[in-house]
Amino acid sequence: MGTIDFGFFNWALIGPYVIKGFYFSLWLTLIATVGGIALGTVLALMRMSSSKTLVLIAATYINTMRSIPLVMVLLWFFLLIPFAIGQPIGAEVSAMVTFVAFEAAFFSEIVRAGIQSIPRGQVTAGQAMGFSYGQNMRLVVLPQAFRNMLPVFLTQTIILFQDTSLVYAISANDLLKGLETAGKNLGRPIEAYLLAAVVYFALCYSLSKLVQRIQKKVQIIR
Amino acid sequence: MAWEWEIFCKETTTGDIIQGCLGKGGDQTYLNWLGSAWAWTLTVALCAMVVAFAMGLLMGTLRTLPPTTATNRWLARLGTAWTELFRNIPILVQLFIWYFVIPAIFTSLKSVPPVVMVVLGLGFFTSSRVSEQIRSGIEALPKGQRYAAMAMGFSTIQSYRLVLLPMALRIVMPPLTSEAMNIIKNSSVAFAVSITELTFFARQSGEETSQPVQMYLAVTILYALSALTVNRVMNWIEVKTRVPGFVGASSAPAAH
Repeated sequence: MGTIDFGFFNWALIGPYVIKGFYFSLWLTLIATVGGIALGTVLALMRMSSSKTLVLIAATYINTMRSIPLVMVLLWFFLLIPFAIGQPIGAEVSAMVTFVAFEAAFFSEIVRAGIQSIPRGQVTAGQAMGFSYGQNMRLVVLPQAFRNMLPVFLTQTIILFQDTSLVYAISANDLLKGLETAGKNLGRPIEAYLLAAVVYFALCYSLSKLVQRIQKKVQIIR
Repeated sequence: MAWEWEIFCKETTTGDIIQGCLGKGGDQTYLNWLGSAWAWTLTVALCAMVVAFAMGLLMGTLRTLPPTTATNRWLARLGTAWTELFRNIPILVQLFIWYFVIPAIFTSLKSVPPVVMVVLGLGFFTSSRVSEQIRSGIEALPKGQRYAAMAMGFSTIQSYRLVLLPMALRIVMPPLTSEAMNIIKNSSVAFAVSITELTFFARQSGEETSQPVQMYLAVTILYALSALTVNRVMNWIEVKTRVPGFVGASSAPAAH
């Protein structure tokens, strides 16, 4: 047995290494969720539209994103964004753009399933009220769909939070990187990885329990 | 922009372009390296798939045991604890635990090849997702199936083996297909512990040649191709094992 020194688990020691990365992980999760849902909704509406071109564009985008590992997408964006905008870009900003673009593909599938779960009669009822397509979506379909989707959104957000650790591939400074640096600089890498596991587990486990409770509350009973 | 595909024919250390693109003797071109990287990705992913399906099937089944005896209740708790543990820690962190932490604590494991640790890490991580699917598959079966098995005088093991699991497994084939594809994609995190698989190759060769676009493109296509192949194989199994008149049998073969 090797020796494990729990004296390492001391906020005064590791706090300065970790706090910035932790904020970044949370920000990345938040931006990717909000941006991903917004872009994902647009993609879902495109994919269900009557225009063949829009359907093709959306479907190609979604299927491409879904068949490539996130790590590769991170590498691609980190490589290509500077070319596209003509100036170098930080790993952190690059990670945010990548996550929004990548998660949008996954959120769009959730949104699509959510919209399709709304009974056809709701749409026809909206049309009978004289609503336009936009009004119908905004006032009738999407509010109900989003309520149905809320638990799945939250579950996806927890997965997303776990996935933010993959920014390791482009050396962005997130929670995991912060802990790893602390471990290396303080000569306690083993304890640092263990602590990372404990922190992620505590956060994700308690969030998933919370989601289960929300799920019971928001269900629309028909 | 010129594509300069002959970059793949370059020898990895000397940088000479090799005729026929494949190095002979001790020479290794980037194309050779790409091939071996793909083989590593497939090896890691397929081995992890075996681990994930085996452990996921076991743990998912344990969670649905009827709470009639104390042993059953403990086994169900074990299944739940397993699932929650491996589901709530990011795969990259789990990989670091397997690669750095476990050999440091249990020093006798230092001689175990790293790839075994990666397979276990990826396999156990995915097993938690498989276990969730298996559990919901078994719970989706009508209660009468279990009661019918009991009425036939089957033991718990017999009723799972002969009645519940054969049907549940067919129900969960679609989610298992996407988990199988996820393993291919998730195997990309193995680059972080120096397994020379596709992502490792992409990063390393991109840096060495200063032409990452070609390298990334080749790797991306190979990932998509591998995931697609796994998808086709799983669909084929799904269609082949379909029981006429039961779940999914009525719907037309999945069109993609």
